[in-house]
Amino acid sequence: MLRIACPFCGLRDYSEFTYGGDAAVVYPALDADEDAWHDAVFMRENVRGLQSETWHHVNGCRMWLIVDRDTLTHEIVGVRPAHPEWANVIATETGREKHEKPQA
Amino acid sequence: MKSRRLEQGGRIDRAKSIGFAWDGKSLTGYQGDTLASALMASGQQILGRSFKYHRPRGIMSAGVEESGALVTIGKGSRTEPNTKATVQELFEGLEAFGQNAWPSVRYDLGAINSLFSRFFAAGFYYKTFMGPKALLGQGTGFWMLCEKLIRQAAGMGKASRDPDPDCYDHAHAHCDVLVVGGGPAGLSAAAVAARAGLDVLLVEQDFELGGDLLNQPEPADQQRRKLIADVQRQGVRIMTRTTAFGLYDHGAAGLVERVSDHLPGINHNLPRQRFWIVRSSRIILATGAIERQIAFGSNDRPGVMTASAGRAYLNRFGILPGERIVIATNNDSAYQTATELEDAGAVVSLIDARENVRSELIGLLGGSNISLRIRAAPLDVKGMRCIKALEYTTATSQGWEHGGVEDCDLLLVSGGWSPVVNLLSHLGHKPIWNREQACFVAPETGSPVLMAGSAAAIWNHEDCLISGQSAGAGAAKLMGCSVRQKKNPKAGGWSGPIKPIYEVAVQGRQLKSLVDPQHDVTTDDIRLAHREGFVSVEHLKRYTTLGMATDGGKVGNVIGLALMAEALGKDIPDVGTTTFRPPYTPVSIGALRGRNVGEHFRPLRRTPMHDWNLEHGATMTMAGLWHRPWYFAQQDEGIEQAYIREAATVRETVGLCDVTSLGKIAIQGPDATEFLNRVYTNPFAKLPIGKARYGIMLRDDGIVMDDGTTWRFSETEYFMTTTTAHAAKVMTWLEELLQTRWQDLKVHVTSVSEQWAGCAVAGPKSREVLMASLESEDVISNENLPFMGVMQTLMKGGMPSRIARISFSGELAYEVYVPSDYGESMMNLLWERAKAAGGCLYGLEALGALRIEKGHVTGAELDGRVTIEDAGLGKMASPNKSYIGKSLKNRPELVREDRPRLVGIKPKDRSKTFNAGAILCKQDQVSGMGEGWVTAVTHSPALGHWIGLGFIKGGHEAWKDRTAIVADPLRKEDVEAEIVSPHMFDPKGERMHV
Amino acid sequence: MSRFSLWSIIQNGLNRQRGWQRQWRDPEPRDKYDVVIVGAGLHGLATAYYLAKNHYVRNVAVLEKGWLGGGNAGRNTTIIRSNYMMPGNREFYEHSLKLWEGLSHELNYNVMFSQRHHVTLLHSPAARDSAARRYNTMKLADSDAEMWDLPTIRKEIPHLNYDNARFPIIGAAVQRRAGNARHDAVAWGYARGADSLGIDIIQNCEVTGVVRENGKVTSLQTTRGEIGAGKVGLAVAGNTSRLWQMAGLGNLPIETHKLQAFVSEPIKPLLDHVVVFGVGGAHFYISQSDKGGMVFGGDLDWYKSYAQRGNLPVVQDVCECATSILPCLGRVRLLRHWSGVMDMSMDGSPFICKTPVENLYLNAGWNYGGFKASPASGWYFADLIANNRAHETVGHFTLDRFRKGVNIDERGAGPDPKLHG
Repeated sequence: MLRIACPFCGLRDYSEFTYGGDAAVVYPALDADEDAWHDAVFMRENVRGLQSETWHHVNGCRMWLIVDRDTLTHEIVGVRPAHPEWANVIATETGREKHEKPQA
Repeated sequence: MKSRRLEQGGRIDRAKSIGFAWDGKSLTGYQGDTLASALMASGQQILGRSFKYHRPRGIMSAGVEESGALVTIGKGSRTEPNTKATVQELFEGLEAFGQNAWPSVRYDLGAINSLFSRFFAAGFYYKTFMGPKALLGQGTGFWMLCEKLIRQAAGMGKASRDPDPDCYDHAHAHCDVLVVGGGPAGLSAAAVAARAGLDVLLVEQDFELGGDLLNQPEPADQQRRKLIADVQRQGVRIMTRTTAFGLYDHGAAGLVERVSDHLPGINHNLPRQRFWIVRSSRIILATGAIERQIAFGSNDRPGVMTASAGRAYLNRFGILPGERIVIATNNDSAYQTATELEDAGAVVSLIDARENVRSELIGLLGGSNISLRIRAAPLDVKGMRCIKALEYTTATSQGWEHGGVEDCDLLLVSGGWSPVVNLLSHLGHKPIWNREQACFVAPETGSPVLMAGSAAAIWNHEDCLISGQSAGAGAAKLMGCSVRQKKNPKAGGWSGPIKPIYEVAVQGRQLKSLVDPQHDVTTDDIRLAHREGFVSVEHLKRYTTLGMATDGGKVGNVIGLALMAEALGKDIPDVGTTTFRPPYTPVSIGALRGRNVGEHFRPLRRTPMHDWNLEHGATMTMAGLWHRPWYFAQQDEGIEQAYIREAATVRETVGLCDVTSLGKIAIQGPDATEFLNRVYTNPFAKLPIGKARYGIMLRDDGIVMDDGTTWRFSETEYFMTTTTAHAAKVMTWLEELLQTRWQDLKVHVTSVSEQWAGCAVAGPKSREVLMASLESEDVISNENLPFMGVMQTLMKGGMPSRIARISFSGELAYEVYVPSDYGESMMNLLWERAKAAGGCLYGLEALGALRIEKGHVTGAELDGRVTIEDAGLGKMASPNKSYIGKSLKNRPELVREDRPRLVGIKPKDRSKTFNAGAILCKQDQVSGMGEGWVTAVTHSPALGHWIGLGFIKGGHEAWKDRTAIVADPLRKEDVEAEIVSPHMFDPKGERMHV
Repeated sequence: MSRFSLWSIIQNGLNRQRGWQRQWRDPEPRDKYDVVIVGAGLHGLATAYYLAKNHYVRNVAVLEKGWLGGGNAGRNTTIIRSNYMMPGNREFYEHSLKLWEGLSHELNYNVMFSQRHHVTLLHSPAARDSAARRYNTMKLADSDAEMWDLPTIRKEIPHLNYDNARFPIIGAAVQRRAGNARHDAVAWGYARGADSLGIDIIQNCEVTGVVRENGKVTSLQTTRGEIGAGKVGLAVAGNTSRLWQMAGLGNLPIETHKLQAFVSEPIKPLLDHVVVFGVGGAHFYISQSDKGGMVFGGDLDWYKSYAQRGNLPVVQDVCECATSILPCLGRVRLLRHWSGVMDMSMDGSPFICKTPVENLYLNAGWNYGGFKASPASGWYFADLIANNRAHETVGHFTLDRFRKGVNIDERGAGPDPKLHG
């Protein structure tokens, strides 16, 4: 049971989330050419090891998160909101209970 | 084996006798018995038959590793095959049956297989049953004939075909430390961790705590009670009858708790079992060790069991398991057992394979009549049905040679011990071989799982306690508690080393020596696998089925591996290791599924008007998870008459249809307009406030994702509708775009699907019906609410509502939404007026008929492979702006002229019908992949005959004056058809604009 | 190679099974081969076999990092079918099914292909129409297909849930020639066949580097030394991206996901068909092995993973599906569950194609469906390697199909690899 420490909701089972994909993919401008879109939409590095990836807390706060996870061991080393403004809010918020990372 | 219950001793309650039945025969046991101990006490010996050769089998162990006493318990729909009698608690009225045998396990005709066993070696299936190619050709027919017979012979018990009537629960738990195993190590670990302030959960698969202490004579019980009292005092949560069957990522464990399997009768108030998912920070595995067999001739005969089992039946269950007992060992652990059995009245002799035995051990035997032979090992069991005597060997410098024969009715074997490292293996950690202790042990993992007690190959009782305390403290330390941790004892603890022997054989003697008794895997099979090149552990397992039986390799894996190592001339670790997969012991599928069964398999979604629809005669149909009205039959109408009447009524007067299941999303914020403009293919930048627009959204790859209307209420607020099927997907998609791609846009999206109940009011009289339902009628006059106009107004009685003049049917029509709680009120209001206007209620079938006449697309057409051009909506793809999918929708294959395009289909002979799912073919080529396909059909009330929608290469222009064949070889005859524009009724759309 | 026959069984029975030989050799790698196939799974072994058999290319090595047949060959639910409808897929899987029908004899190895019918349950008129399109296409393209109505399926499989199912069964789409087989036997049969034609199968030989010169692969670095290669074919499902990157080729339209599979304790015959269930977001398939275990599976764990182990939510979901269609399974026990890693492609269809490197060929992207595909996969991959051009049937199984816009997305799920299966 993967467990993801949602910055908004706390440590939750992964079944509350849906996996998005490789967060390293940068989607080009809407009017970019076919090649740029082809590479973003279809081509994947398919990392074996530590990968930044998107997850959607679909049965929770519905925030999209960036999760740094090892695709071989499933160890999660970091979670943050995908949206930078929310990431800033989380980063600067003080006095908030620090959510523990899953231990195993 | 002349087993009998002793007058005293054991943990059974002789005051509480329990009646049960074995193969129809009434027997009694006592409270505290397992089925196996009760059967043993009743003198039953042959309890099962093996998988392949139907060899007689008795009780071989006293635990979860049992490979012999596999029985079926219960009857009818409560039949439970393959139950290990050794772990089934006895209860009043329990009915158990022998299995995999005919007529019974005691006299089984299947044993004839044994005669041919020389031909049925491992892997023989792969070499035959193919059928003579010359005679039968190279089909599968001959094999399938053989397969029928093989399948009948294979399998073990017989499962019921009736639904399992019992219920199962799911539960969840959290803890700091999960301790698996309630033996001395587990109990002491739990106590230490809890004392450090941690929340500890201890699980034990047995119905009593104590582990090996349960199998020891009386004084052990005092210690057991002390340990238990301590964990109770420390507030440890304790679950017995609970197996931790698997470890999973991030500290999760799967448990199954047997809640009522041990209770008599049917317990309607209790689930049968409970499946727990536990999330823990640390896990301590104090899972014990399992005693191994040694492979020698007929080592599977009833009357051969592990030495620890003999001890358990004696001390725990108060049974003298045999009168003349031989104990064969290669390590220290069986000596104590020997003296205890002798004290209980048996004649005991010990044979130890080792060259010398330490004086401490010999001292143990002092004063007893136990004869001890060293350098001796079991060779062959005499007795066809049960053991009568043992032929043993003695070790010489040349190897084993015949030693002698000793009469006995019970042979207890200790071939060494295998620590239970299975759960750690589930996490992907490969066990490593400990040469000194001759067993696999846990590797140093760095993972948060700690091993304790004999699971860490610690054999000495005191050391097991220390090891448990050390693991408990270790877990507490890792959790940040400051505790003193004792040094973890080293593996081992016997006075002298074990002598690793795995097989005893003598040159020239043909023996049937079982490695994995349940699957009849013999030592010869291992050697055959070697001869044929199946030398990697996994090949060995798969070729011989070693370790694949219901004990999961607990008994045979190590011996098999050792024999392969010997054949290869390698060390065991060089051959490989064994990988255990979850579950540790088999888990009922019922427990894993819990209550989500039958009609609760998936949630059911109902609209707020569900009951109202039913009261008004709706027949419902499934639309994804929703129930939606399918049609509203009057009198004895069937579906066809009903939907045709409904569709005709809509075109003539007015109809009402519940459209609540459409997805609804509130889109708010200063950049909402820009956002929609990027999401939809058609322009939204200039959509006036008070107007709606039909929009198409594409996926990144340029294929159509969804369609719907979006209504503008203010500068910054929109109301989007999606298809029912894609409501959740679109919502997620919009959130993804805003949060991961277009982070500069200030837009908020909220799903409001549940907040609004919707009704389509369609037909020439829809305006008058709706007007009469509003507080202020004029607001929806043609001037005030033109085609595609939207507004928020009050319905009669002050019901807030949102109204759009949009049409799916092609008629003058409105979609009306009210807050969900008003759903029924809205329907009452509208229906009263619609009824007066000669209108009707209509369901999905009529909705379909109306939209097919108009050529409007739904999910049947937009199947995830269709471009906007294919769907005939190309003009909605704006050339003047950018939007998702714009770039990739222009890939060469997607813009070919000859792609299948949306068309209308009419049978040439107007009296003919055809089906959706039929293939459109050229007249002269009704074969191959065809030219297109039919997506939807209906009888068209407006046109008076059957029509359809579909896709065909080149579109209807390419099929002008040509005839297509609607081919439906599955169901119907071919029909000749004209291919026409999809807009088959009112193509100019005049009726919507009145 | 000694031929297997009834006679050889009897002979060896009388001879304490001493007459059997190794089913394949354990050769030391040579310095150079005309063709090196990476991956001794079903696809790699079948490729080697057909290279030798169909194209007389015999100086071939198959390199395997572990033990042959140890990847998805040994971790699948053994279902064989050809109910595909997209152009290319249709012909390809039909050819594969035909090869299966003769495979035991072809290999002189009983792969136990049991054509016990593949039965897809239908629950709504819309699902029936959608299945009708697929099964009509199959029928028109000379495969076999039929529709069962409710009375027929009740008669054929009486113990499905017809009473209180959340999604009542209204019928089934059926392919009679489909069924299941003994998965390990296929790997062993191809290995033995290839070996007997002179091909070196080299196990415990992991490729650690790809040496390229002048735009061609010249050799492979392995844990057993450097091995020269005239041509190289990759058939390493689950690890394709790693090899691809070793060859310096960048990204692929593939993600690695894991799929769990399940087997119950053995029981006497309970289910004589392969049954597939997919409604309400569920996806489930079940059959019974000849040994008696109920073999079943569902969807991916939904997150990318190279770990060969699954997690509990999917276990739970799959067991819900199992008892939802077969309520009698409640008391049957799950014996084992495990998982395999697979190449999930962007449209659910595979690749058998050339690559940007002249003498490097790719066989990948089999999603959940690689087992049934393996004979044809080997057949066409061998053809591609031998002739350096793709056969028409696999003409769309190229990497550039996404650039061209070729659509062979059987599910219509779009470019999200986890959604295909």
